[in-house]
Amino acid sequence: MIKYLLSRLATFVPTFLGVCIISFGFIRVLPGDPIIVMAGERGMTQERYETLSRQFGFDRPLPVQFWEYFTGVLQGDLGRSFVTNRPVWDEFFSLFPATLELALCAIIFAIALGLPAGIIAAVYRGKFFDRALMSTALVGYSMPIFWWALLLIIVFSGNLGWTPVSGRMGLMYFFDDVTGFMLIDSLLSGQSGAFKSAVQHLILPSIVLGTIPLAVIARQTRSAMLEVLSEDYIRTARAKGLSPGRVNGLHALRNAMIPVITVIGLSVGTLLAGAILTETIFSWPGIGKWMVDSIFRRDYPVVQGGLLMIAVIVMIVNLIVDVLYGLINPKIRKR
Amino acid sequence: MKFVHHLAVSGLALTLAAGAAGAQTLVYCSEGSPEGFDPALYTSGTTFDASSHTVYNQLAEFETGTTNVVPGLAESWEVSEDGTSFTFTLRPDVQFHSNDMFTPTRPMNADDVIFSFERQMDEENPYFSYAGSWEYFNSMSMPDLIESIEKVDDMTVRFNLTRPEAPFIANLAMDFASIMSKEYADAMEEAGTPEMLNQQPIGTGPFAFQDYQTDAVIRYTANEEYWEEDTPKVDNLVFAITPDASVRYQRLQAGECHVMPYPNPADIQAMMDSDDVEMLQQEGLNVGYLAYNTQMEPFDNPQVRKALNMAIDKDAIIEVIFQGYGEAAKNPIPPTMWSYNDAVEDDAYDPEAARQMLEEAGVEDLSMKVWAMPVQRPYNPNARRMAELIQEDFSEIGVDVEIVSYEWGEYLERSSAEDRDGAVLLGWTGDNGDPDNFLAVLLGCDGVGGANRAQWCHEPFEEIIQEAKTLPTQEERAELYEEAQVIFKEQAPWATIAHSVVFMPVRPEVEGYVVHPLGGHLFDDVSLASE
Repeated sequence: MIKYLLSRLATFVPTFLGVCIISFGFIRVLPGDPIIVMAGERGMTQERYETLSRQFGFDRPLPVQFWEYFTGVLQGDLGRSFVTNRPVWDEFFSLFPATLELALCAIIFAIALGLPAGIIAAVYRGKFFDRALMSTALVGYSMPIFWWALLLIIVFSGNLGWTPVSGRMGLMYFFDDVTGFMLIDSLLSGQSGAFKSAVQHLILPSIVLGTIPLAVIARQTRSAMLEVLSEDYIRTARAKGLSPGRVNGLHALRNAMIPVITVIGLSVGTLLAGAILTETIFSWPGIGKWMVDSIFRRDYPVVQGGLLMIAVIVMIVNLIVDVLYGLINPKIRKR
Repeated sequence: MKFVHHLAVSGLALTLAAGAAGAQTLVYCSEGSPEGFDPALYTSGTTFDASSHTVYNQLAEFETGTTNVVPGLAESWEVSEDGTSFTFTLRPDVQFHSNDMFTPTRPMNADDVIFSFERQMDEENPYFSYAGSWEYFNSMSMPDLIESIEKVDDMTVRFNLTRPEAPFIANLAMDFASIMSKEYADAMEEAGTPEMLNQQPIGTGPFAFQDYQTDAVIRYTANEEYWEEDTPKVDNLVFAITPDASVRYQRLQAGECHVMPYPNPADIQAMMDSDDVEMLQQEGLNVGYLAYNTQMEPFDNPQVRKALNMAIDKDAIIEVIFQGYGEAAKNPIPPTMWSYNDAVEDDAYDPEAARQMLEEAGVEDLSMKVWAMPVQRPYNPNARRMAELIQEDFSEIGVDVEIVSYEWGEYLERSSAEDRDGAVLLGWTGDNGDPDNFLAVLLGCDGVGGANRAQWCHEPFEEIIQEAKTLPTQEERAELYEEAQVIFKEQAPWATIAHSVVFMPVRPEVEGYVVHPLGGHLFDDVSLASE
């Protein structure tokens, strides 16, 4: 297992280097000079342009700029935002808990509904329940997020008044960040009603963000289960007279889990990268919205630092998924 | 963990208005996050709303709802006869806010005023490069204009200019001229945390900054020692950052906020019909235009430019692009601005006459480029579509149009070039309500190769706008600007297209909100009717 883990870790190094180069290069190949965009309709004098260019370090050759960035990264320094002048590292970690909290709630929602739905659909293959579930999943998968979110807001917040429209916390509650996770901080604050408000604010965005992973997980679970259920050893298990619950739950599910975990891992990676649409619609202060704002403002350090952080997190999630494979399937860790 | 503040209210919705203790909290669903809280570092209105319009004051200020300049932190000012020296008498006993790190020991005085400007122009000042660059200060040419600032006494400051400049007072009412506390700046420098000036602002304004949760909520409390009596009217002000316009509308309806900016054009009719919303509106201080390159044939001939202007069906553009909520422009300045010349007559839409004029000018088989901006602006919400409408209009008089577009930075740069090919769609939103800010910046000879996209340098026009800068009174200046607008219309360097209308949906219980023509959102005089 340790050898397996080390071999997985070894792939980290070239990937990390590649990500550094891509994150640095990405924003620089976009057309449009950040200084000219900043000046807007008014424009600026050549002299002023040169001053700013020097100030931001754009006057030096690209390899020099990259080397500075790269050596900074190795020392844990992602630079400072051109706009706010705050360290990118600080900005990232002040916003990341919001993204993480939402992503976890969304994935829990998706697994809690998607996994059972997929299993049931596989067990009752071809029956009404299977067809209904899979058509719903298809609808969920193809639903435009923007439309879906607004629909839920209009019905549940606007018409029924059950949930708040957007934000992370009722405006009447005001406490300092301790962990950055509203569910925890609201409890720590000791303010009555704050936790309930945090939960209420999480419901709609979690549903919206979890919808696509839910559909994917349900479909993946179903097809993996179907494949396993047709295996010889399942027939043997049934022939032995094991109860259907034991056959499906123990023998089939465990073997069907590999592709399902892959899909869940990929979904978590995507969700952690910041759900740009969901965060924007629900005024959710996470890293997705932060990255988009920074791209429009051509805030180079934030875009490259943010991309790098997201990539590293996705790499870590993938590593965890790999370890999970090993735990579930001994054949993999021996490979 | 620190319990800071708890408004005793219950439920999600309107209960925000009046708490158990009777404290009134006004919630504004703002459209984006501020870049910081030192307004001089930035140029966006979103940042100004959160800083200069709430936390700070300026020496002179814009009267809410107009572009008139009125006394702010300066009680009065005098201009020397040659127009190059401005002496300000400061308002006595104005207190700065305090926070956890700082409590002021003295009222605002001349040192604060001098610090506020010196940090933007003096490289030796410790705050000169503490967080970024002073974009607005530079783009308003202040470094060339201000020769020196002297402290006459504790409560008197004199600005010496390198040349007479009548719009200077209006410049000092702008956001970058907000007055900061020197005492606070010194304390933060000593503590090794100068960035606090941009993160935990201390000002003299109607609202004191309390807390900012990045990208989520900004909180302010009323400044109880505010120098203007009975202001502000509410006890707390909250900015609930809500980037999506449809969601802002939902929040307004649900009572999660009281005021929202920038509604979706598609929602405007529904808002007007809704009982939960009161719709305020005003013409924006902007203009959208099509600038010919007056240095290139055949557009160097005013006759040709006028002919093309007559071929554009502006009413159709207002209907299609602005969904009816805009005003056809005839002058290069908007109607809410002083000196607007209403007597100027617009070139009538008349394709037949236009075709004839082109023939008379000897122009046949003209083909040209029309540039369409890639971004949305209040003065032009859909440039691509606008260019298509113009293409259609021009084809009716036999002019063939090719529409081109570039990425925004590229567009701005290329459209400035003197040898640029074709006519450019662009526009402008006023900075300080002074006509000079439109006419000199966009049409003056200095702007050729820069903000003057028509590359138009017309001697009679230039003389007038230069002279107007040197005159002391608004009446005298207005006369000249009115004349300048007549020349502009005759020479037609642009097709003036539209001024947009700004809509502000507010809840019915909101009292005293006035739409500000300069685009800022101000809450000093806003109160909430108790139910």
